[in-house]
Amino acid sequence: MSLDAATVRRIAKLARIRVNEEEVSTLQNELNAILGYVEQLGEVNVEGVEPLSGGAQMALRQREDKLTDGDMAEKILANAPDRIENFFAVPKVVE
Amino acid sequence: MSIFDYTIASAAKALKAKEISAVELTTAYNKAVAELNPRLNAFITTTPDLALEQAKAADARIADGSATPLTGIPIAMKDLFCTEGVRTTAASKILEPFIPPYESTVSGKLKAAGAVMLGKANLDEFAMGSANITSGYGSVENPWKRQGEVAKLVPGGSSGGSAAAVAARMALAATGTDTGGSIRQPAAFTGLAGIKPTYGRCSRWGVVAFASSLDQPGPMARNVEDNALLLNAMAGFDEKDSTSAERAVPDFTTALNRGVKGLKIGIPAEYRLEGTNPEILALWDKGIEWLKAQGAEIVDISLPHTKYGLPVYYIVAPAEASSNLARYDGVRFGKRVDGEDLIDLYERTRAEGFGAEVKRRIMIGTYVLSHGYYDAYYLKAQKVRNLILKDFTNAFGQVDAILTPTAPSAAFGLDEKMNDPVTMYLNDVFTVPASLAGVPAMSVPAGLSAEGLPLGLQIIGKHFDEETVFAVSAAIESAAGFSALPEVRAK
Amino acid sequence: MAYSLEGRTGAWEVVVGLEVHAQVISESKLFSGASATYGGAPNAHVSFIDAGFPGMLPVINKECVAQAVRTGLGLRAQINLFSRFDRKNYFYADLPQGYQISQFAHPIVGKGNVEIELQDGTIKHIGITRLHLEQDAGKSMHDQHPSKSVIDLNRAGVGLMEIVSEPDIRSPEEAGAYLRKIRQIVRYLGTCDGNMEEGSMRADVNVSVRKPGEEFRTRCEIKNVNSIRFVMHAVEAEALRQIEVWESGGEVVQETRLYDPSKGETRSMRSKEDAHDYRYFPEPDLLPLLLEQSWVDELKAKLPELPDEKRARFCREYGIPFYDAGVLVAEQATADFYETLAKGRDGKLAANWVTGDFFAAMNRTGKNIENPPVTVEALGQLLDLLADKTINGRIAKDVFEEMVETGKMPAAIVEEKGLKQVTDTGAIDAAVAKVLADNADKVAEYKSGKDKLFGFFVGQVMKAMQGKGNPALVNEAVKTQLG
Repeated sequence: MSLDAATVRRIAKLARIRVNEEEVSTLQNELNAILGYVEQLGEVNVEGVEPLSGGAQMALRQREDKLTDGDMAEKILANAPDRIENFFAVPKVVE
Repeated sequence: MSIFDYTIASAAKALKAKEISAVELTTAYNKAVAELNPRLNAFITTTPDLALEQAKAADARIADGSATPLTGIPIAMKDLFCTEGVRTTAASKILEPFIPPYESTVSGKLKAAGAVMLGKANLDEFAMGSANITSGYGSVENPWKRQGEVAKLVPGGSSGGSAAAVAARMALAATGTDTGGSIRQPAAFTGLAGIKPTYGRCSRWGVVAFASSLDQPGPMARNVEDNALLLNAMAGFDEKDSTSAERAVPDFTTALNRGVKGLKIGIPAEYRLEGTNPEILALWDKGIEWLKAQGAEIVDISLPHTKYGLPVYYIVAPAEASSNLARYDGVRFGKRVDGEDLIDLYERTRAEGFGAEVKRRIMIGTYVLSHGYYDAYYLKAQKVRNLILKDFTNAFGQVDAILTPTAPSAAFGLDEKMNDPVTMYLNDVFTVPASLAGVPAMSVPAGLSAEGLPLGLQIIGKHFDEETVFAVSAAIESAAGFSALPEVRAK
Repeated sequence: MAYSLEGRTGAWEVVVGLEVHAQVISESKLFSGASATYGGAPNAHVSFIDAGFPGMLPVINKECVAQAVRTGLGLRAQINLFSRFDRKNYFYADLPQGYQISQFAHPIVGKGNVEIELQDGTIKHIGITRLHLEQDAGKSMHDQHPSKSVIDLNRAGVGLMEIVSEPDIRSPEEAGAYLRKIRQIVRYLGTCDGNMEEGSMRADVNVSVRKPGEEFRTRCEIKNVNSIRFVMHAVEAEALRQIEVWESGGEVVQETRLYDPSKGETRSMRSKEDAHDYRYFPEPDLLPLLLEQSWVDELKAKLPELPDEKRARFCREYGIPFYDAGVLVAEQATADFYETLAKGRDGKLAANWVTGDFFAAMNRTGKNIENPPVTVEALGQLLDLLADKTINGRIAKDVFEEMVETGKMPAAIVEEKGLKQVTDTGAIDAAVAKVLADNADKVAEYKSGKDKLFGFFVGQVMKAMQGKGNPALVNEAVKTQLG
C-alpha cells in the first residue's frame, strides 16, 4: 500500500494540520518509507490471536459517584488564548 | 571530593549528618545549571528560585527529623510532567505559553518527599524521538565526546535533557518517561542507570500523553541504588489513573544486595541482530560472564517476534498519539494561530505548533486508524503485540530476568541520522519489545566503546518484579565498575 | 392502515431508525468528579479532565454504569458482561479532547425491544439494536457575539446513554410513540429525566424512503432534534424532501442534516461535512469494563415495576380497562397516586375520578401530579363518603370543586354545608308527593304514555332536596307514587 499525494492531503485534513505542496511531497516520501517498513508485519501469522489493546491486563476500576471536582472556572480558563467572560471564544462557527 | 560527587544515597547521609545543607547543595547545582545549560540545552525552563525555596524547606525538614531519603535532593524534571505554576511545554511550541494549574501525581510525590526541582528538562517534542533533536526548544548536547573529537553527540531520547543534565552533573538525578526506550536509551548514551518500571507502576496522571498504552514514568540517576530510592517515591497506586496498578510498592533498595545466585537469566537469540555494533555484542557477552561468575544460571531463550516489535510500535504509538494530540487545537490552552474560521485556526495552529516529527507521527497514526486501513495496520499490530507479550510470558516461564544490550550503538553525532526517520527508529529495536509487553526494564552502564562512549546493558524482568531487575542490575553494575565521567560536567 | 406518503410516482414508505441520547442521572460526570447537574455558571461544572487538559485521565463512574445496565434491563435487552470504550476522533469546538469516549465495538447493552401503542390501539414491537455509554460534548453558542462562537464545557463529559433502535419505525406517529415509550421507561427507572427542553434527551433521526417491498434506500441523519413533536415533523419533512429528490430523477446523498422548526424543513449541516472518518480505536486510558452477573442480578431485583407490567397489573388487580390503565401508568407519579387511591377502594371508581375530574382540575389549575390540586388522602376520603353513601355522586362533584378551591377535606365540607345524602324515606316521599302535586299536568301526560317524563320528576325531586336525596330511593319513591 502506497500513499499518493491526495491521500496525504486527506489525512492532513483529518488531522487538522495545514500542509503546503512541498510538505505534501516530503510527507508522502517519509510516510511511504515508514509504511514500507511496517509492511513486514504482513508475514506474521496472527490467525486466532486476540488483539492486545492496552498496556495493563486488568479489569476497569470504577469510582464512586461523588462530587469531587469542578467549580474552578478561573483555573479552567486561565490558559485560554481567547475568552469572553467565562466562556472560551473561537471564530464564529456555522453549523 | 566535589559537591557534585554525591549520589542520592550519599547526599542524603551527608544532609542528615549536617555535613552539608540542602541550600548549599541546591546552590551548587543552580550554579552548574546556569553555567552549563547555555551549552548543553538540557533544560527548557530553569527554576533556581523555586529550587532554593524548596531547599530551605528541605533543610527545615531535615532539622525536624521528617526528611525522606529524597529531601533536599536536586533533580531535573522532564518537561512532560505537568508542574503546577511552572510552565510545561512537552518540548513543543504548541504548549509554549502553558502553565498547568495542577501537579502530576509523580512530580507531586517527589515534591512531597522533599526533592528539589531545578527545572524542566528538555526532551524530544512530545517524547517522540530517540536523539532529542526534535525538541521545539533546540537539541540537547550529550556531555560525552568521542575520544579526541569535538563533534557534538546526541544524548539519546526522548529523555535526553534529563540524561544530559544528570551526566553533566547539572542535577543529581532526573525523572524520565519511557514509551519505547525513552529512559533506557538515553541512560545508555550518557553512562547513567535508568529504569522503565512495569506499565501501571507509576501513575501517568498529569504526564503529557504520547502513547497511553506504553507511556511509563521512571527515574534516571548515576547508579542503580539511586534509581531504587527514586522509584520508591515515584511508584504507587493512583486512583486517578485507570491503568495504575492497585499493588503495594516494595522497598526497592532491599533488592539491591540480593545477588543473582541461583537466578536464571535468559539470553534471547533474536537480539543478536545484524548490524549491531560488535563492541556491543562483546559487552553483552561480558555481562553474561559477570552474571555467571556471580552464580546466575544462563539460559538461551527465544523471543521469536522481537523483530516485529519496531513495526508494531511504529503503528501503535503514532495511532494513540494522533488521538492524544488532538486536544492541542488552540482553543483552551497553549498556542493559537488565528485563521479565517475555526477549521483554519485548527490547521494553522497545529501546522505551526507541531514540529516535523510530531506531524509525521500524527499523520501515520491518523492513516493507520482511518477507514479501510484499521484492520490492515492497527488491528494487525495489536495482534502481533499480543504475540510479543506471549514471547515474554513464555520466556518468563523459564527465566527470572533477561539480559540484552540497551541500544544497537553508542551515542551518535547530532547530524548523523536526522534525515531518515526509519533509521532513527532502529535505535529503539532492543527497548521497544519490553515496552509493548509492559514489563520492567533497566539500562545499566557497563562499559565504554573504543571511542570512549558509554554503553549500556538492559535487564528485563517479569511484570511487577522490578526487584529482580534491581538485583540483577546491581550485580552488573558492581561487576562492570563503571566510573568514567564525561569531560563536560560540573566540577 | 399503514402510513405512506403519496408522490407523483405513487406511494412511498418511510423507514426510520432513532438514536436517542439520554443523559444519565448521576451526581458527577461519566469520567470526572465534576457536577453533572444541568445549568450552572459558564464552565463551573468543569474539571481539567472535562476540558481535555494535558495529562488528564478518565476514571469511570460506577453509578453511570449501573444506570446503563438498569436501562438495558428496562429495554428487555442483553447486558454485556464484557464491554469496552473506544475513542471516536473528530475536531469540534465543544469537544475538548478531540475525541469522544464512546463504546463502538463492544457496547454495554445489546439487543432488546420495546412495545409501542398506536392511536388505533395497535401494539407494535420496535427492536433495540444496542445501548452504549459515552460522554456528552460541551455547548457552543453562536449568537452571543458578532464574530465569535463561545463555548461552555459544563455539559462536556456528562454521561450519555445512546439508545439505538432498529429501522423498524414506519411513520411519524410510530416515531413519536417510540420516543414517548423510551422516555417513560427511563423516567420510571430514574436513569434519565427525559427532559427534552433542557436537552437531557435528544434524538438523531435516520430517515429513508422506499417503494413498498423495496430494499432500504440511502438514509440521512437529522442531528439533535429536541422535542417529540419536532421529531415527528422532521420525519415527514425529510421523507417528503427525499421523495422529491428521487422523483425528480436525483439521488439522495447520505449526509447529516439539521431540522429547522421555524421553517419546518431540514438542511444540510456544513460543519459535519468531512467528519465521517471517526478513526475509532480502543481507548487506551481505560481497561475493559467487566461486570459480574451477580451484580446485574442485584440491580435487576431492585428495578421498579415498569410501565407495561404495571399497566397489566392495574387491569388485573383493579379491573379497569386497558386504555385507562395506559393513561394511569404514563407517568410513574400518576400511577402511584392512582394506586394509593385505589388500594382498598373501588378501583374502577378511583380510575374514573383520577382520569376525569382530577385530571381536569389539574389542567385547569395548572398544577401537576407532584403538586396536585387535591391530595390523595382528600380524594380518598371523598371516595369513601361516596362508598358509604354519605353523599351521592352529584354532591361529590360539588364537594370536589370545593376541595380544589379551598383545600379543605371533603368530610368537613359535607358537614359544614349539610350535604349528607337524605335516606329518610319519609322525607323523600313527602318531597315526591309535593313535586307530583305541583305538576299535575305532567303527571297526566306521563300516565298517557309519555314515559320519559320520569326523569323530569326525579330531577325535580332532587332539586327540591338540594341534590342530597339518595338517587335510588328517590327513583323508587317516584315510581311507587306514580303508580
